[in-house]
Amino acid sequence: MSFTLPALPFAIDALEPFISARTLEFHHGKHHQAYVTNLNNLIVGTEFENADLETIIKKAEGGIFNNGAQVFNHTFYFEQFSATPATEPSGALKAAIENTFGTLDAFKEAFNKAAATQFGSGWAWLVQDAVGKLSIVQTSNAGCPVRDNLTPLLTCDVWEHAYYLDKQNLRPAYVADFWKVMDWKTIEGRF
Amino acid sequence: MAFVLKQLPYAFNALEPYIDAQTMEIHHDKHHAAYTNNLNAALQGTASEGQPIEEILANISAQPVVIRNNGGGFYNHNLFWEIMAPGGAKQPEGDLKKVIDASFGSYQNFKEAFTKAALTRFGSGWAWLVKQGDSLVISSTPNQDNPLMDLAEVKGVPVLGVDVWEHAYYLKYQNRRPDYVEAFYNVVNWDEVTRRFKG
Ligand SMILES: [Fe+2]
Ligand SMILES: [Fe+2]
Repeated sequence: MSFTLPALPFAIDALEPFISARTLEFHHGKHHQAYVTNLNNLIVGTEFENADLETIIKKAEGGIFNNGAQVFNHTFYFEQFSATPATEPSGALKAAIENTFGTLDAFKEAFNKAAATQFGSGWAWLVQDAVGKLSIVQTSNAGCPVRDNLTPLLTCDVWEHAYYLDKQNLRPAYVADFWKVMDWKTIEGRF
Repeated sequence: MAFVLKQLPYAFNALEPYIDAQTMEIHHDKHHAAYTNNLNAALQGTASEGQPIEEILANISAQPVVIRNNGGGFYNHNLFWEIMAPGGAKQPEGDLKKVIDASFGSYQNFKEAFTKAALTRFGSGWAWLVKQGDSLVISSTPNQDNPLMDLAEVKGVPVLGVDVWEHAYYLKYQNRRPDYVEAFYNVVNWDEVTRRFKG
């Protein structure tokens, strides 16, 4: 099957000043688009030609995995943002976070650390395992928790392209601003 | 003795228009400085404190990952600044040209293979021209690994390297890594590459 680039679920400048329109133009319009285009080109004539994204993420290697996982990761990342975000979790997700990490602030601190210390390109994730237990994981490059049978709930892209135009080397400043447009309603929907 | 962040051997704007001054300043003063400081902090009080960087890298598999990452970052950027310069020869000359011709057939073939290594390195990393005995090979490494490390797939002495972390080119070239790599050839300091080859 052929994959298509999903439109951003908000206006390109909706996340200003925390994530700039210019960053999103490249991040969505160039990087995410390139992963979609590369994936479509690479799967032609392979066993993955008619596979869904989950199958590709779980079974493929090399370029097909890298581009397939990056298509998923970026769609998942962009879906989380809103110009009018719910800034805190509620209900069962709030209880699960407090149960696992103590407080929302303690969770954020641990997540920020995971985002800051992922060396090189990669992602920080909040995931849920088969029995519903929450944890924070890091992946490098295109790494995706779906491959490890974990359910991703929340992610932060820490490839430099996600923040270099806005924050340059200051990755922690990017992660701090990331929370300001991260919509917990989306995360609750995934939980 | 702690490792010291050397000054750039030229002005921040010396490599314009191929590499812009703002990129050079942040790359050296922030990224390279952070690798240097983090390396010194990680080595402090360990048996490796005071060892030459080459020695640390040659035994890197015995070190914690923080020393692999920052030791590599410290060494790789030192090399990177030195193998670039404004206004140098456009192509290798003399003995180095002979070795490149012998190893790859021609400068053009070398350039194609080196560019391919730089463009196909997925995520952060480096492409290298590596001395192995009397000849040269091309490789690439992830993150801040390099050919001096005992865990590198292709081992040898790096004589030329291009940084393909996005921080090396994003302010000027954004997603266009191919344009950055093509521009890089305009600022290669082939005299320094030759010096390193003759080592
Ligand atoms: Fe990204
Ligand atoms: Fe760098």
